[in-house]
Amino acid sequence: MANNEAVHGTSPVSPHSRRKLPSEFNIFLVLIAIALVYELLGWIFIGQSFLMNTQRLTIMILQVSVIGIIAVGVTQVIITGGIDLSSGSVVGMTAMISASVAQASTWPRAVYPSLTDMPFIVPIALGIGIGLLAGFVNGQLIARTKIPPFIATLGMMVSARGISKWYTKGQPVSGLTDQFNFIGTGIWPVIVFLVVALIFHIALRYTRYGKFTYAIGANMQAARVSGINVEGHLIKVYAIAGMLAGLAGVVTAARAQTAQSGMGVMYELDAIAATVIGGTSLNGGVGRITGTVIGTVILGVMTSGFTFLRVDAYYQEIVKGLIIVTAVVVDVYRQKKRSKG
Amino acid sequence: MVSPSTMAAVRKSGAIPNAEFLLTAEGVRKEFPGVVALDDVTFRLKRGTVHALMGENGAGKSTLMKILAGIYRPDRGQVRLKGVDIELASPLDALENGIAMIHQELNLMPFMTVAENIWIRREPKGRFGLIDHGAMNRQTADLFKRLNIALDPQSLVGDLSVANRQMVEIAKAVSYESDVLIMDEPTSALTEREVEHLFAIIRSLREQGIGIVYITHKMNELFEIADEFSVFRDGKYIGTHASTDVTRDDIIRMMVGREITQMFPKEDVPIGETVLAVKNLSLRGVFTDISFEVRAGEILGIAGLVGSGRSNVAEALFGVTPATSGTIAINGRDIVIDTPTKAIANRMAFLTEDRKDTGCLLILNVLENMQIAVLQDKFVKYGFVQQTALAEKCGDMARKLRVKTPNLDERIENLSGGNQQKALIGRWMLTDPRILILDEPTRGIDVGAKAEIHRLVSEMARNGVAIIMISSEMPEVLGMSDRIMVMHEGRVTGFLDRAEATQIKVMELAAR
Repeated sequence: MANNEAVHGTSPVSPHSRRKLPSEFNIFLVLIAIALVYELLGWIFIGQSFLMNTQRLTIMILQVSVIGIIAVGVTQVIITGGIDLSSGSVVGMTAMISASVAQASTWPRAVYPSLTDMPFIVPIALGIGIGLLAGFVNGQLIARTKIPPFIATLGMMVSARGISKWYTKGQPVSGLTDQFNFIGTGIWPVIVFLVVALIFHIALRYTRYGKFTYAIGANMQAARVSGINVEGHLIKVYAIAGMLAGLAGVVTAARAQTAQSGMGVMYELDAIAATVIGGTSLNGGVGRITGTVIGTVILGVMTSGFTFLRVDAYYQEIVKGLIIVTAVVVDVYRQKKRSKG
Repeated sequence: MVSPSTMAAVRKSGAIPNAEFLLTAEGVRKEFPGVVALDDVTFRLKRGTVHALMGENGAGKSTLMKILAGIYRPDRGQVRLKGVDIELASPLDALENGIAMIHQELNLMPFMTVAENIWIRREPKGRFGLIDHGAMNRQTADLFKRLNIALDPQSLVGDLSVANRQMVEIAKAVSYESDVLIMDEPTSALTEREVEHLFAIIRSLREQGIGIVYITHKMNELFEIADEFSVFRDGKYIGTHASTDVTRDDIIRMMVGREITQMFPKEDVPIGETVLAVKNLSLRGVFTDISFEVRAGEILGIAGLVGSGRSNVAEALFGVTPATSGTIAINGRDIVIDTPTKAIANRMAFLTEDRKDTGCLLILNVLENMQIAVLQDKFVKYGFVQQTALAEKCGDMARKLRVKTPNLDERIENLSGGNQQKALIGRWMLTDPRILILDEPTRGIDVGAKAEIHRLVSEMARNGVAIIMISSEMPEVLGMSDRIMVMHEGRVTGFLDRAEATQIKVMELAAR
């Protein structure tokens, strides 16, 4: 144990400290820095501005919205000290299932010919419900059998992908109603992402659910002794993560106006990356939704910037890997520094 | 000064200097943050003897033993092996110099065979530098024959009983041709027959001229196996005697003979009705038939040596590891407590023994640490935490408990141990408990904070809280408790009232 005698002052305790800058501020600076670097490189090599292009920025933010929705759930899982590898596959599974009840009667090869032209709320609710169920199964496995979250969600990752392929024997589901497709058009995916982020930002910061989530991640044993029903809470957290993956699946299908069993492949890794870049610690107990939102945007800017600079897609992936590792290394150092006071 | 490697070389050449003592430590001092674990300690081990180390919990036995085994380095003082000054850099260094330690928690690899465990790092090599398993098993069989151990060298260590694993550890130590063997409570997990076998082996090792350092809490073992013993108390060396020269009472007196100073006695407060009644509480294999009552305003101290099951009883009461049989009644009503959540709902509170492992949320701030238990049923509306009111309440509590921290946003890991403990006490005081269980409430805390915690506990008793306090510190138990329940090996060995309790009486019940 570090000898902390010198650290604490003798001044009387005040409940409120002077306002410190939130740690997200640094991440935001990183985002600005990356954008400015692209701006500079853009003028040098391409002769045009990176930022002064509304269309590019819109496409960029649309592309990462789905990742962002997943990442909001993944952030909560990682704060508890867990991990969720199943979200990408759950996106594929829920996209397929929700699309199958969102087909228009005018489409000749409907999966359920008797279930066409349903009100758009039905496929949405079904997609979210299936996601919730998948997350609930993850949570039950982790809380009841005590297997590591890595393994439980790895199993779900493989099985959910299997279900999405089996569901239509690999056939895509098309001919969706305009009503359903509407939520994937325009800026709607971004709005869904931001609303979800806001809800869970508030939940994590201001509700008991949030306080318990951080406590479990900080010290599961101490949380249990403090009266928290750790198992029950973990099930909730994984179920919410699954639910958000389900919502992401619905949005993905609506955006593409079709569903394919291969949707969402590797999304779980992008969501984990966005979370970690956003400052959430893989050791649990530390992390915020605001950070994850910025992390998601960083991920989007990186990809968009590479495309803008006409960098080969292969290099993009290589660099993305480096960025994820860097984010974790930075986190390790940050934790070390903070614990020294 | 001779470096350890030189000593190892001297040893290999066979030219071992002949000295009266095998291993000595003179003027050894070891400090840890906040405590002096050993202060000017002397220890001399003679050739071919069993030398017992005696003392209460925290007397310094383990620290000394770890210094002798190369795990800790002394801050001051000199260790000599056969008259040669040595400085041990690591346990491996100690082993190569002929000092082997057999740990309480055995350090064997369960998925490897007995022979592989014994000869690890020194496996006999055959052609192409590959391990010669045949030779290794033969060597092991020879070793076992010499030690009169009946084990198959090829069986997996994981399949062996604790006693047999211990035999393997001993054989491993002997295989290094060790001159000194350090045993830390080797009989704690053994049956009587296994103990006899162990003692037979120890006696034969002694005849071969090996010196054995033997740590035990058990008085009868001392008389049965030890030739000499040294007593330690509060990190100080008290004395060394031949075990034939003394009686049990002499030893107890040496172990506890301290002046009781600087304690904070409990105030006399009116004792109320029985709040908690525990009957025949048992947890299979851990503790048996524990029955006691605690009344409002009363402090029931639980004394006993480490491993006597005190903490396990506390954990059972609080639902962390529920008991397998027995009843718990609060205010005359039988209730089932199988989770901490239920315990808290019944207005119980539990300050755990290990601040770091089961108490603090280290990476969170003081406020988050203090509020977590009370959030179970208070300061929450429609799921939202009433943070302003709660922060104010926590701030008041922190002021009242004199938690020294710049503000409540400070990470709790940056506070000193005493202040962490006060914050955790605050965590439970916020829940307004009627039953408070304290497990080692002042362990590793400086004297000032200790007195403050005693004052707080005393004040809670005055407010009618029924308190159970587990403590290994004799002055604390004697000073704070209205009654003392003493445990030994999972059973209650007696109750002592405040008026009749003395260190000697407690020790007699704790170390039968």
